[in-house]
Amino acid sequence: MTAKPPFDQLVRDHGVRVWRVCRAVLGPVDADDAWSETFLAGLRAYPDLPPDADHAAWLATIAYRKAIDAVRARQRRATPIAEQDDRVSTLGQPGSGDDELADAVRSLPDKQRSAVTLHYLADLPYAQVAAELGGTPEAARRAVSDGLRTLRKRLARPTTGGHE
Amino acid sequence: MTITDNPLESLRDVDGPTLQRLRDALAEKAAEAQLLDLAYRRVDSPIGSLLVVATDRGLIRVAFANQDHDRVLDQLAGTISPRLLEAPRRLDPAARELDEYFAGTRHRFDLPLDLTTTGEFRRAVQLLLPTIGYGHTVSYAELAALAGRPTAVRAVGTACATNPLPVVVPCHRVLRGDGSLGGYLGGLEAKRTLLDLESRAAA
Repeated sequence: MTAKPPFDQLVRDHGVRVWRVCRAVLGPVDADDAWSETFLAGLRAYPDLPPDADHAAWLATIAYRKAIDAVRARQRRATPIAEQDDRVSTLGQPGSGDDELADAVRSLPDKQRSAVTLHYLADLPYAQVAAELGGTPEAARRAVSDGLRTLRKRLARPTTGGHE
Repeated sequence: MTITDNPLESLRDVDGPTLQRLRDALAEKAAEAQLLDLAYRRVDSPIGSLLVVATDRGLIRVAFANQDHDRVLDQLAGTISPRLLEAPRRLDPAARELDEYFAGTRHRFDLPLDLTTTGEFRRAVQLLLPTIGYGHTVSYAELAALAGRPTAVRAVGTACATNPLPVVVPCHRVLRGDGSLGGYLGGLEAKRTLLDLESRAAA
């Protein structure tokens, strides 16, 4: 039987990955809390985690969900009666200090945003992106390439502050 | 897996200080949430980098530079709990006392110890070790007599050799009957350094 590595090892191995995901979704200011929340949730569940679990995918998906939860909580606080737009999300904080590309990623539709973030920032292969999104690896690949296409279109014209 | 030509390359940079700050904060939050079963840090010393590990109850392990620190941590994660984090601030008192000891200004450690992982007889012997005064030495046979088991010299030797808290629990003050150094987990060089330090500072 091989014992589980110390949780510290997971923080070292995956701290950067989790930070990228949190920052991409939330911006640098709120990413701190989401990073901590991710590893605290991981630490809580770790003793019961199957020994053969893929730590990268496990932590990246916790991070993504924690970050999205934080975005929703922020939106509830900030815009109590905002008009809902189902197609385009308006994540991120205006003036959060990171760049246009980050804003563009945040304003992707949900599925594209999670596919692009998990694949290009958390380095998860399509099979694992699919496990998070539901659906096939092929569908995940499509969501990633759709996301990239959307990003290119948005970045090619002047920004509109993340709103369509 | 590596992804070349990542279109989000500019969003991948993370600086070291940010991560260090996040890890330090995590250790504190984990302790508050009672999710930290083992905390560790490293302490520089004249006998090399010491690994210091503690539970809620107290210090559970001190390991020398010549012992593979990662292996010691792996082993603790396997036998005690995998909820193990680097948590330097939680070990500030231990680090401070070790610094003072190596500076020659501290002659007795005043730290809670967690000896729950050692067997009864070994623990009894290990608890006797701090009663050997700073700068003094005893033989394994004398220690066996102190433990009330004068014939158990070999078992006393084993108890010293398996001391999980060397330096803090001073097994280095136990020598062979002929005055030679005997053994030491941290190497004989380290044992000699500690004894020299103590005889100088006690003088």
